[in-house]
Amino acid sequence: MFAIKEIEKVGAYTQLMYRVFAKPDKWSMFFRQYKEELKKQGIDSLAIVVIISIFIGAVITIQMIKNMENPLLPSTLIGLATRDILLLEFSSAILCLILAGKVGSNIASEIGTMRITEQIDALDIMGVNSSNFLILPKIIAFVTIMPFLVLTSMFVGIIGGYGVAIFTDMITVKSYEAGIQFAFTPYYITYSIIKSVIFAYIITSVSSFYGYTVKGGALEVGKASTDAVVNSSVLILLFDIMLTKLLL
Amino acid sequence: MIEVKHAIKSFDGNTVLKDVSTIFETGKTNLIIGQSGSGKTVLMKSVVGIHRIDSGEILYDGRNITSMKRKELNALRREIGMLFQGSALFDSMSVLENVKFPLDMFTEMTEEEKIERAKFCLQRVELSHALDLSPAEISGGMQKRAAIARAIVLNPKYLFCDEPNSGLDPKTSLLIDQLIQDITHEFNITTIVNTHDMNSVMEIGENIVFISKGEKAWQGTKDEIFDTGCEPLEDFIFASNLYKEIKKAHKFFQDKESSTKQK
Repeated sequence: MFAIKEIEKVGAYTQLMYRVFAKPDKWSMFFRQYKEELKKQGIDSLAIVVIISIFIGAVITIQMIKNMENPLLPSTLIGLATRDILLLEFSSAILCLILAGKVGSNIASEIGTMRITEQIDALDIMGVNSSNFLILPKIIAFVTIMPFLVLTSMFVGIIGGYGVAIFTDMITVKSYEAGIQFAFTPYYITYSIIKSVIFAYIITSVSSFYGYTVKGGALEVGKASTDAVVNSSVLILLFDIMLTKLLL
Repeated sequence: MIEVKHAIKSFDGNTVLKDVSTIFETGKTNLIIGQSGSGKTVLMKSVVGIHRIDSGEILYDGRNITSMKRKELNALRREIGMLFQGSALFDSMSVLENVKFPLDMFTEMTEEEKIERAKFCLQRVELSHALDLSPAEISGGMQKRAAIARAIVLNPKYLFCDEPNSGLDPKTSLLIDQLIQDITHEFNITTIVNTHDMNSVMEIGENIVFISKGEKAWQGTKDEIFDTGCEPLEDFIFASNLYKEIKKAHKFFQDKESSTKQK
């Protein structure tokens, strides 16, 4: 019974995406929505990305220092480990898990509220492809802004580590600098961006699906918002394993 | 004119509409009335095309929407205006932007022309003072009027109103009813109002369709409604003491009139 329900959900999601990826009714309206979504999902998420990344960057550096107290390990490894953790996992997967909470719940509750207050029905009655009008700009906006958020997170995370080197005597600035430049693989950035773009699609499309298919009242909107975050997070983790195996 | 021919609609094996046939006339306020759960909302949603009926036909001036493809249906929907029970104004837009929205989507008018048209419609519903307010900042009655302005901004041929008076006080309800009727006559629209408010029935019921247990039980005008002989309709109308008294008075005057004629 559970399996059938889940298969039905996948079917409904596929049908919804088929309607979402249609030509917009009016391009000027699409771009207007797109710009608003860029601000709402991208620019408004920048502060949380910067705050989390700077602190996590600092924390990873401190933890690396504590774990590499062995005199046989060169101190440059601290900067290297911090950089690679940020580039490979934190700034893509973990950041997207955090954004699934912020952006995903926002999308699901916004669309869900529109559903229960008949605003989506109003669009349909007007002859607007409501799924395309509401969901496509969100997906495209988040997918296009995500690489910038990831790059910002990487940069700020490394700055966080720098802070530890500057403001404490746990590691020298010179050694940290040498570490973050040592054995640098530019492909890690490409890998991280590819992952994050896919995660951005998962967050927006899954959250939109849960919001769009809400039935009932405010209680159901809350539940849809939670389901959107939980399911997006699980899918991000699943795809993280698959993409890591495929791309690295 | 909208014709419904032998419409049948079921949900999970439960037949909600049982072979309903009726005509909604142009230039008149057509009312669908009935008790909660009688199938009137399903009938209205089927006529609008939100629900696809299982069998039968729905003809908009001869155009059968049951056999239309999505694109054709969308094109037809641009001739439709709808007023929802909860107004369904877009929260993220101001009143003016809400009314302008259909123009933005479906016309190639310049920005000035669109604003002018939207302002004209808002003026028509006496909301010129609320252009820049958001839906959350205006009262329920004002929201309904803004929704009416949005519904008529594209000069629709067909106007649907789903319980337009729900949540409104009697005086505001009367204003909304009057506005719907005035607009119907002014623009010669086929208007269908879904309601269970007897005040609306007596105020604007030019063509009334009574639905009971998924079937059309009676059709007529507000002047005929007191002498229908239709038991479910009488149960529905005379449920309140007020209408019981009105019926008594109506009968009294009828008897008096007939005795005067006999003399």
